[in-house]
Amino acid sequence: MKINCALIGSGNIGTDLMYKALRSDWLNPVWMIGVDPDSDGLAKAHAAGLKATHEGLDAALPHFKADAIRIAFDATSAYVHAENSRKTLAQSVFMIDLTPAAIGPFCVPPVNLEQHMQSQTANVNMVSCGGQATIPIVAAVSQVQPVAYAEIIATVASKSAGPGTRKNIDEFTRTTALGLERVGGAKKGKAIIILNPAEPPLLMRDTVHCLTEGEPDEARITASIKAMVAQVQRYVPGYKLKQNPVFDGKRVSVFLEVAGLGDYLPKYAGNLDIMTAAALQTGEMFAQRLLEGTLSFPSVRTEAA
Amino acid sequence: MMSTSQLKVKVHDMCLRDGMHPKQHQISLEQMHSIATGLDEAGVDYIEVTHGDGLGGASINYGFPAFSDEQYLRHVIPALKNTKVSVLLIPGIGTVEDLQIAYECGIHTVRVATLCTEADVSEQHIKRAQELKLDTVGFLMMAHMIDPAGLAEQGKKMEGYGANCIYCTDSAGYMLPEDVTASISALRRVLRPETEIGFHGHHNLALGVTNSIVAVQAGATRIDGSAAGLGAGAGNTPLEAFVAVCKRMQIATNVDLYKIMDVAEERVLPIMDRQIRLDRDSLLIGYTGVYSTFLLFAQRAAAKYGVSSRDILAEMGRRKTVGGQEDLIEEVALELQQAQRNLVDA
Repeated sequence: MKINCALIGSGNIGTDLMYKALRSDWLNPVWMIGVDPDSDGLAKAHAAGLKATHEGLDAALPHFKADAIRIAFDATSAYVHAENSRKTLAQSVFMIDLTPAAIGPFCVPPVNLEQHMQSQTANVNMVSCGGQATIPIVAAVSQVQPVAYAEIIATVASKSAGPGTRKNIDEFTRTTALGLERVGGAKKGKAIIILNPAEPPLLMRDTVHCLTEGEPDEARITASIKAMVAQVQRYVPGYKLKQNPVFDGKRVSVFLEVAGLGDYLPKYAGNLDIMTAAALQTGEMFAQRLLEGTLSFPSVRTEAA
Repeated sequence: MMSTSQLKVKVHDMCLRDGMHPKQHQISLEQMHSIATGLDEAGVDYIEVTHGDGLGGASINYGFPAFSDEQYLRHVIPALKNTKVSVLLIPGIGTVEDLQIAYECGIHTVRVATLCTEADVSEQHIKRAQELKLDTVGFLMMAHMIDPAGLAEQGKKMEGYGANCIYCTDSAGYMLPEDVTASISALRRVLRPETEIGFHGHHNLALGVTNSIVAVQAGATRIDGSAAGLGAGAGNTPLEAFVAVCKRMQIATNVDLYKIMDVAEERVLPIMDRQIRLDRDSLLIGYTGVYSTFLLFAQRAAAKYGVSSRDILAEMGRRKTVGGQEDLIEEVALELQQAQRNLVDA
C-alpha cells in the first residue's frame, strides 16, 4: 500500500524528486504537472508512466479525488506557490513546499519533522538548500547548549544555481538565516552564499560556525554533531563531515560536503539533491502516518499560517 | 593608442573599504574621519566606506568590524565637502535591506559586486539602486577568470539591469597590462557610450599603476586605488603614484598631488598594522591568481596549524576558489597539517 502524490513543477527539482519518489516504499507519484509542453521533465514523467500535463495545476486538480492524491510537492516558484497551496489544501491534500514562499512552517526532517506530524501541519516548507545542509548541525549544537549566533557559508557550483535563485539571491540569505534561528535554535542567524564556476563543477560545501553561550562542551557537541550527520546520511548518503569539528574559544566550526545521488541532477548539485531528498523524506513520513492512521488532514486550519 | 593629453579620469579611494582587510575591519571612527577628510581636501572624487567584504560583511567568516557600516557612514558622510561616498555590496553576503540602510545614510554610489561570471545575481540589487537613483556600478571581480568577450557580455547584463558604470576588477592582481587593455576595450565595444568603465587593481605583481594607466588609455574613466596602497594583498594601486604618473602623462585628474602624498604619508601610513608591501605571499597571490583578501587568513591559519601560508594559498588556487571562500582556508590548513603528519608517520 502506498500513498498517491502529485508533483507540481516539472523543472530540474521536480524531475529529480520524481525519480526518488519512484523508488519510494511509501509514495506513489501519479501526477507530474508542468506548464511547458517541451519540458524534459514532463517527457520523463510520461515515460515513467505518470499522468503528465503541461496545462498547470488547474488541469490536474479535477482528477485529484479520483486519483486519491493525498500529498503534493510544489517545486514551482514562490510567486505561484500561494495559489497552488490554496487549491490543493481545499482538496485536503498535504503540501510540501520546495519554493522559497514559506507559507507554512520550516521543515528540516531530522530536527522537526516529528513535531510537524504531531501538530498535523498541512503545509510545510523545506527552507533552502543551504538550510537543509546546515540547520541540522546548528540544531545538534543547540541540543547540547545554547547557541548565541550561527553563521553558515554555502558554496555551490554556478551550474547548480538556477535563474530563480539568481534573480532573488537575497531570499536565500534571508530564509536560511531565519531557519537557523527558528529550527536550528540559534538566537541570531546569518547566511552567506557563494557561487563558484570552476570546471569540473565542485561539490556543494558548507561551513557552519556557531558561537555558544559559555565554553563549548567539546565532547558532547562533537558526539551530537556526528549523530546528526548520521541521521542526514540516511536520506542524503553523500552528506559528510570533512573534518572533526574545530573548537576555538566559543566558536564551533563544522566543514561539510554534500554530494548528490545523481538521479536527474548531476552529483555535484548536492545542494539541489538535499532539497529533493529532504522533501521526499518528509513526504514519506506523511505517507507512513497516513497509512498507519495516525495522521489526518487538519479540518479547521486549512490556511496554514 | 589615444593621445593621453585629452584624457580625464576620476579616482576612487579604497582605503576605507579594501583597506579594511589589512586592518581586520578595525579602523576607528577618528581614523576614518581623518583619512576621509584628507582625501576630500586632496580632491579625490569618490571614497568607499564599507566593511572589506561589503555591506553585511560583518561575520565570523570575514571578521567582525569595530563599528557597523551605518556607524562609519554616518560619521564620514557629513564631514565631506566634495568627495562622494560609495558602498560595496556583494549579493550573497549583503542584501537590499542593507542597501536601504546605506541609502538612508546619504551614500552617492553603490558598487554591486559579483564574480566576473555571475553578473545575473546582481539584478535585484542593481534595479533597487536604480530605483533609489544612486550612481550604480556593476563591479565584476576576479576579472582574470574570464576572457574579454565574456567579461563584456557580463558587463552588458549589468548595464541592462541599470548600472551606469561597469568595472573590470582585478581582485587577484593577476592581470597583465595587455589583459587589461583587451578587457577594457571589449567592454567599451559593447557598452553604451554613456556607460562609464572603471578599473580596480591590486599591486600583487607591482602592476597597479601600469594597469590603471593602460585601462585609462583603453577607455576607463574611473580608477580605483588607495592612498599608500592600503588594501588587500600587496594593496591597491597606490593612488599618489597613479596621480603623479597621470600628471606626467597629462591625464587630467581632480587630485592635488602634494595633498594626496601627504594623506598617504601622514594619515594612512601611521594606521597600518604593518607596512603594506609586496611580500612573498602577496606575490604568490598575484602570480597564481588568488583572491587578495585570502592573504591574512592564510597567514593566520598557517601560524595556527604549523603549515606554510604559501602552500595554503597555492592550494586555494588549485581548487579554483573565488572571492568569499575564506571558510575553506581553515579546512585546507587542516588537510595540509594532516598530510604533514602522515609524512612524518610514514
